[in-house]
Amino acid sequence: MSSERKNTAIAAARLEIGYFSRKQKLPIATDINFDIASGKLIALVGANGIGKSTLLRTLSGMQPALEGEVMIEGKALSSYSTLERASRLSVVLTEAPASKNLNVRELISLGRQPYTNSFGVLTDRDKEVIQNAMDITDTEVLANRKCYELSDGQMQRVVIARALAQDTPVIILDEPTTHLDLYHRAYILKLLKRLTSEEGKTVLFSTHEIDLGIQLADVMIVMDKDATYVDEPCNLIEAGRFDALFPKDSIQFDGKSGRFTIRN
Amino acid sequence: METRQSYNKWFVMLLVALLGFFLLNIGLGSVKIPLSEVIAALFGGDVSKSSWEYIVLDYRLPKALTAIMTGSGLAVAGLLMQTLFRNPLAGPFVLGLSSGASLGVALLILGAGVFGGMLGGALTSQYSLVIASALGSFLVLLAVLAVTLRVKDSMAILIIGLMFGSVTAAVVAVLSYFSSAEKLQQYIFWSFGSLGNQSWSGILILALCCVLGIVLALMSCKSLNALLLGENYAKSMGLRIKQTTLLIILATSILAGGITAFAGPIAFIGLAVPHLTRQLFTTSNHFILVPAVILCGAILMLLCDTVAQLPMSEETLPINAITSLIGAPVVIWLLVRKRKLLF
Repeated sequence: MSSERKNTAIAAARLEIGYFSRKQKLPIATDINFDIASGKLIALVGANGIGKSTLLRTLSGMQPALEGEVMIEGKALSSYSTLERASRLSVVLTEAPASKNLNVRELISLGRQPYTNSFGVLTDRDKEVIQNAMDITDTEVLANRKCYELSDGQMQRVVIARALAQDTPVIILDEPTTHLDLYHRAYILKLLKRLTSEEGKTVLFSTHEIDLGIQLADVMIVMDKDATYVDEPCNLIEAGRFDALFPKDSIQFDGKSGRFTIRN
Repeated sequence: METRQSYNKWFVMLLVALLGFFLLNIGLGSVKIPLSEVIAALFGGDVSKSSWEYIVLDYRLPKALTAIMTGSGLAVAGLLMQTLFRNPLAGPFVLGLSSGASLGVALLILGAGVFGGMLGGALTSQYSLVIASALGSFLVLLAVLAVTLRVKDSMAILIIGLMFGSVTAAVVAVLSYFSSAEKLQQYIFWSFGSLGNQSWSGILILALCCVLGIVLALMSCKSLNALLLGENYAKSMGLRIKQTTLLIILATSILAGGITAFAGPIAFIGLAVPHLTRQLFTTSNHFILVPAVILCGAILMLLCDTVAQLPMSEETLPINAITSLIGAPVVIWLLVRKRKLLF
């Protein structure tokens, strides 16, 4: 048990997420519990507006939990300093980087910020990590391009490279496959899978690609109206957790193929 | 990297250009003074006419130095605001600092007429103008800082700055309505901006403001780079947003507030120079951009001032009009050529 605890990358205990409004709690989801070992690819799925982004924001420390505790790398998230947290956990957000005038190499290099001195000077070690991040994500060829010249798919690879340059054991991505065509969705998800298997990262991402998630993820977090389920995809299918995810009038989950089909 | 070297090349060229415009600015004016005589006067050599030495040292040198500091300071302030607010249209005055200064001066000049008595005519000396505008910017600064500490979103700060602008315009309009033509003219002359007639002690205070503001800006360079990705990304990379925002706003306020106090509101330099600089330096790295806008701002301001003093004539045009006349077409040209304004 103790050795297993050490391997925990990300965990939540009796977590309640939501917002505060005039000191009053407005919970979105309650009683979320999981304990996920490092090196796993974790897909977070659920209907629109169910609180996926809120959960990701809470897990990455961008907003406080209403109740309960998030543990990252065996330590309570709230007990990390901002800088410590930046070396344990990196994020890929849905919002595009604010400046479109950055070139790709500059943007990826910004991932080294938690480690550079106050003049932002890159050491040889920093350059090595940046190079490695560009190699993994295939972004070397884009290095001198400006952000406004990139396609959505290229941009996604670049922001993932930035997260890799931050060199954290845990990476959290908010809907990394939206706006991408099928090829690029598969490309990005396979890239995330490779990060877990080859780089030993723990990668948590939210997605609407439930079928792709079922095929690739080691663990899935399914957010439903009433509860949040965390398990391996096959167990979740057996337990029928995907069946109630959406109203039944238009689509239906087919447990055998692991995908949703249109109801006639 | 090769790009690094090409930046160095630009820095050297800008330094040379700065020196050239500095000497040109001192040489030209109502009386044209030859270059060799300008250099002689500056470095204590023999000047053929003693009046030239007097003009150079007591009138044109202080004005040129004021131009350099004003240009650099406003340009840095503009760059900081564009990055902080992630808005290519932001400039040093978006925080409402010049509105505050205008309000202070308007209350002093126009208010003295309207409310009479208490504020005597003696108050409208040059120093009281400086004090009134500094006080006005300072009060706005306090309000902005109080807002910064309370709100999460930096866009809210932007809106508050705009609101200060509206309130100022309204108060000035009301005061103008009740003011005499003479007082009104005095206020309008202040709003034209002026680089000349600075005492050396005034220049020293201005220099202190500029150095302090620029040092704070240089200290914020790493954070500014992080902010290029947006606040959430910056936070996720270990940046403490509140401290950073405070530091950047403080730097801008010291620069814009100090400069407005001495030279009046000067338009467009803060907005246009960062964009011009980005044409030469194709980077977003503030460690390169901040020194670059310092040089470009100083050069552009010297150029504007050279034009404003209308070489070979007795007249001097309002500097605020010249910076707009040169600045606005530059921004339009950039937009037409690049079809977008990026920060």
